[in-house]
Amino acid sequence: MAETALINNVEPPARPAGWRGIAADWSSDQRAFKNVSWGKAMMWIFLLSDTFIFSCFLLSYMTARMSTTVPWPNPSEVFALTIGEKKIPLILIAIMTFILISSSGTMAMAVNFGYRRDRVKTAALMLATAAFGATFVGMQAFEWTKLIVEGVRPWGNPWGAAQFGSSFFMITGFHGTHVTIGVIFLIAIARKVLRGDFDVERRGFFTSRKGHYEIVEITGLYWHFVDLVWVFIFALFYLW
Amino acid sequence: MTNVAVHLEAKQHALQAHMDDASASGATHTKGQQHPIKLYLVVWGWLFVLSTCSYLVDYFGLHGHLRWSLILLFMVLKAGLIVAVFMHMAWERLAFAYAILLPPVLVLVFVTIMVLESDYTHLLRVLFFASTA
Repeated sequence: MAETALINNVEPPARPAGWRGIAADWSSDQRAFKNVSWGKAMMWIFLLSDTFIFSCFLLSYMTARMSTTVPWPNPSEVFALTIGEKKIPLILIAIMTFILISSSGTMAMAVNFGYRRDRVKTAALMLATAAFGATFVGMQAFEWTKLIVEGVRPWGNPWGAAQFGSSFFMITGFHGTHVTIGVIFLIAIARKVLRGDFDVERRGFFTSRKGHYEIVEITGLYWHFVDLVWVFIFALFYLW
Repeated sequence: MTNVAVHLEAKQHALQAHMDDASASGATHTKGQQHPIKLYLVVWGWLFVLSTCSYLVDYFGLHGHLRWSLILLFMVLKAGLIVAVFMHMAWERLAFAYAILLPPVLVLVFVTIMVLESDYTHLLRVLFFASTA
């Protein structure tokens, strides 16, 4: 009798949608996120906290730029590159933007192949994503070198407001760190995918828990977030 | 007696199958996040187009309100595409989407405060420092 009840309860009834769904999910006195695993929820919550960190950086940059009476250096000229004879504004930053967007594209497809349990394609796409990310960091190192040679420091620069340097190094430095960590994360997970850890449910060396292909999606969430932050930095710091 | 045992065993098998189903769908919820590759390629293409547009804003040296509104428009569209499609937020339940997406919107309050604050600081600097500098 008890067993029949148990079996009948395994398949949960369809949950309501829309505003009724929000009320029902949150008031159910159980877990609020019905179909989101703890791993995915925790990555999202981490990304939410990271959003606030980057918001604070961009806000402090906005405050510095709005309140200074010294003219702000023109990013269009500062980040211009001379290719051949022609001086092209912001070209390096534009290429970096396209590289990061491409890496997001390959990452999205890696998640897709992960759920299809195609481990070779998944790992290949993740490694391609990591390669794009590494290229991005390399170009950023080039950009930093160029600016430092030209005399940009956190406390001053040859063109205008001193806060330009500190904002630039802080914001792009923190973003570059995120990209670097993402590349390491991607390579680590791609190795597990390629080895077939998620097909044989091999236990992790640290957590001793079985992995699932969902970790590809969770890694992807982090990676897309890095791209997302760059969208805001590109618009608010480089283009403004 | 044997009948009952057989019956119980059958039920146990059924239960096991159900639990496997449940854990599989709980761990990967494959059904929810399987979308055609074409969708990702289309979004990828749009992100390229939008990035090119925002780059062209700078390339053609647009200025003033037109420049700022275009930059913000392309920024919001790109961010929306990434979050909705690449990060699958469009297919999550609303209880989850709102829990994640509403808090960052509140940053706009912070932005307003800091705009007022920096206008004030700027005014003080113009009044008391800039003329002598």
